[in-house]
Amino acid sequence: MTARTSWIPYALIAPSVLFLGALFIVPLVQTIWLSFSAGEGLSLVNYQRMAGDLNFGLAIRNTFLLTVVVVPLQVVLALAMATMVSKLEKGRDLVLWVLTIPLGVSDLAAGLAWLSLLQNTGYLNSALYALGLIPGPVGWLSQETPWALFFGIVLAEIWRATAIVLVILIAGLQLIPKEFSEAAEIFGASPWTRFRRITLPLLKPSLQSALILRTVLAFEVFAVVYALGGRNFPVLAGEAYTWQNENQNYGVAAAYAVLIMAISLAATAVYLRALRTRPEQLP
Amino acid sequence: MTHPVSRRAIAMAAAAFLGSFAAAQAQETVFYSTQLRPIEEASKVRDVLLKGIPGKVTYIVDEPPAFAVRMKAETQAGKRTVDVVGALHGELQPHVPADLQPIDDLVAKVADRGIPANLMDLGKLGTGQQQYIPWMQATYVMVASKQALQYLPAGADVNTLTYEQLLQWAKNVADKTGQRRLGFPAGPTGLMSRFFQGYFYPSFTGGVVTTFKSADAEAGWNTMKELWAVSNPNSTNYNFMQEPLMAGEVWIAWDHIARVKEALTTQPDQFVAFPAPAGPKGRGYMPVIAGLAIPKDAPNRTGAVAVIEHMTKPETQLLTAAEVGFFPVVKADLPPNLPPGVKLLAGAVAATQGAKDALVSLLPVGLGAKGGEFNKVYTDAFQRIVLRNEPVKGVLESQAKTLEALMKDTNAPCWAPDKPSQGACPVQ
Repeated sequence: MTARTSWIPYALIAPSVLFLGALFIVPLVQTIWLSFSAGEGLSLVNYQRMAGDLNFGLAIRNTFLLTVVVVPLQVVLALAMATMVSKLEKGRDLVLWVLTIPLGVSDLAAGLAWLSLLQNTGYLNSALYALGLIPGPVGWLSQETPWALFFGIVLAEIWRATAIVLVILIAGLQLIPKEFSEAAEIFGASPWTRFRRITLPLLKPSLQSALILRTVLAFEVFAVVYALGGRNFPVLAGEAYTWQNENQNYGVAAAYAVLIMAISLAATAVYLRALRTRPEQLP
Repeated sequence: MTHPVSRRAIAMAAAAFLGSFAAAQAQETVFYSTQLRPIEEASKVRDVLLKGIPGKVTYIVDEPPAFAVRMKAETQAGKRTVDVVGALHGELQPHVPADLQPIDDLVAKVADRGIPANLMDLGKLGTGQQQYIPWMQATYVMVASKQALQYLPAGADVNTLTYEQLLQWAKNVADKTGQRRLGFPAGPTGLMSRFFQGYFYPSFTGGVVTTFKSADAEAGWNTMKELWAVSNPNSTNYNFMQEPLMAGEVWIAWDHIARVKEALTTQPDQFVAFPAPAGPKGRGYMPVIAGLAIPKDAPNRTGAVAVIEHMTKPETQLLTAAEVGFFPVVKADLPPNLPPGVKLLAGAVAATQGAKDALVSLLPVGLGAKGGEFNKVYTDAFQRIVLRNEPVKGVLESQAKTLEALMKDTNAPCWAPDKPSQGACPVQ
């Protein structure tokens, strides 16, 4: 019996390991190799070209700015939404279903939907014009209006990707036994204290997963930015795309890809450390 | 009893089906193209232009970056699946010599088509052997909404416009309508780099590479800054000018004929088409050549040759112009029954080629896989000078270093309108 059980887990996990190995690890190693190869032998030429490019600093700044603004907003929003949804008695499934609709929309489609709202001849301008607030079409997404463009991208990203955080947090909330909160209530703890002292600490593992997932995805942001701003708002993944497709320099594109991976890994490591949960703190 | 019979019947039918499938596969010719991609155009190719070729031709299309990757991947894998490829001059260039086979034998076969020798020579891509046979040609034109014509500066004629007049015209439009309505395709997949290489630089400096940081170039960039000040700020989002033209967001635009065609064919009475403006050194313009080539180890070379022979026939060439708006590479008079939109384009192209001050800027040869980075030199200069307002001289100095390194790296000789060079084209 023990001999039997010992190999079954490995056999079950083997297909996914093989799958990841073939379609993830191999291309990953190839990309790293590509980023360090130039002509004959290994060199840092691709990284030097990447760092020397006129859009590099801007792409770094924009990507971090977007992450720093979008991810905390999404976590706060998702926390509020999750707490409210878990308090609902009736219609909870329907509300949850509506809130998670954006999850089913591809990011490019979401970007294009927001483009139709925000472009010159879009719904926003039509509405403002009908209300007599603007004399004619106003450009919100041009290179001359960087802050409006940034705000548009933030809005689209929040709309599109808050639901993933919400789903993880709701799952986490359901794991917290009601007794803790009820006991605290009997002892006179206010709702805010209960949220801060009981819900939040017990939600830490879920928060950690949600933060890792969302931050890594935020560093890879591309389709929404591309749809709304083209190259007016350079981001790291967009630069990788441009070097691959427009400039046809696969080495520099690979260097960008490796850089994005390094940043994502670093962010994950920070979260794993900062939000570490000791076993005795688990619900 | 019925079971064995029906089973045998099924088996026989299956065998017959698979057999016919294999037979069809054997004589199928796969035609892989980066041109004529939109579904309407691709259907025209399948249903009209490829009719009359013996055997089955499968026409498949791809975006240029995917085309480049597939060509290289098939070479590396040692398994070729396409027989004949159609792509732009610049898109075929990176595939010499690794992915394409020389087709000198075809030159004789299409000798009676009347393809001009200079076009045929471009098909050698800077090597000693024929790499592609010219297929169709296009160029870039200006398109303006008829509403804009009333604001033309006094004495200006759209067919002999200068950059000074264009600037004044766009200024008038902006002043009178309150909107900046000149437009350029400076979006991520727009062809702005071609504007600089084929139009702006030749018109202002008489060269493309050698004159990159000349005093003439500095003066040109200053005009460009003024032009930008009266251009629609959304220009950095435009990839195809037909969309903002049709939306009325832009009234005066420059773009590739295929990228303004929809505006002209859907509303031929709303727009005019005319040559790009002239600068101090002439009216720079750049032809666009698409070619047909045969990849290395193509499984069905006979079929590929048949496709190339068919597509270069004068009657197919005229049909191509009428159906999809790309112009012949052979000497053939365009039929009078062209659709009105295509007729407007044909008129603008003829006016460009026939202009007294026309200054043709040839396609770069010998840049190999560095074509994308060559474009980047010009778009980076644009981004820094015009969008970021950096000092013109300093930007040109530093971009010139990149350009010089690129030329030395590829050892590409100068092409018109730059004077021929011994070895790599120098930046003066």
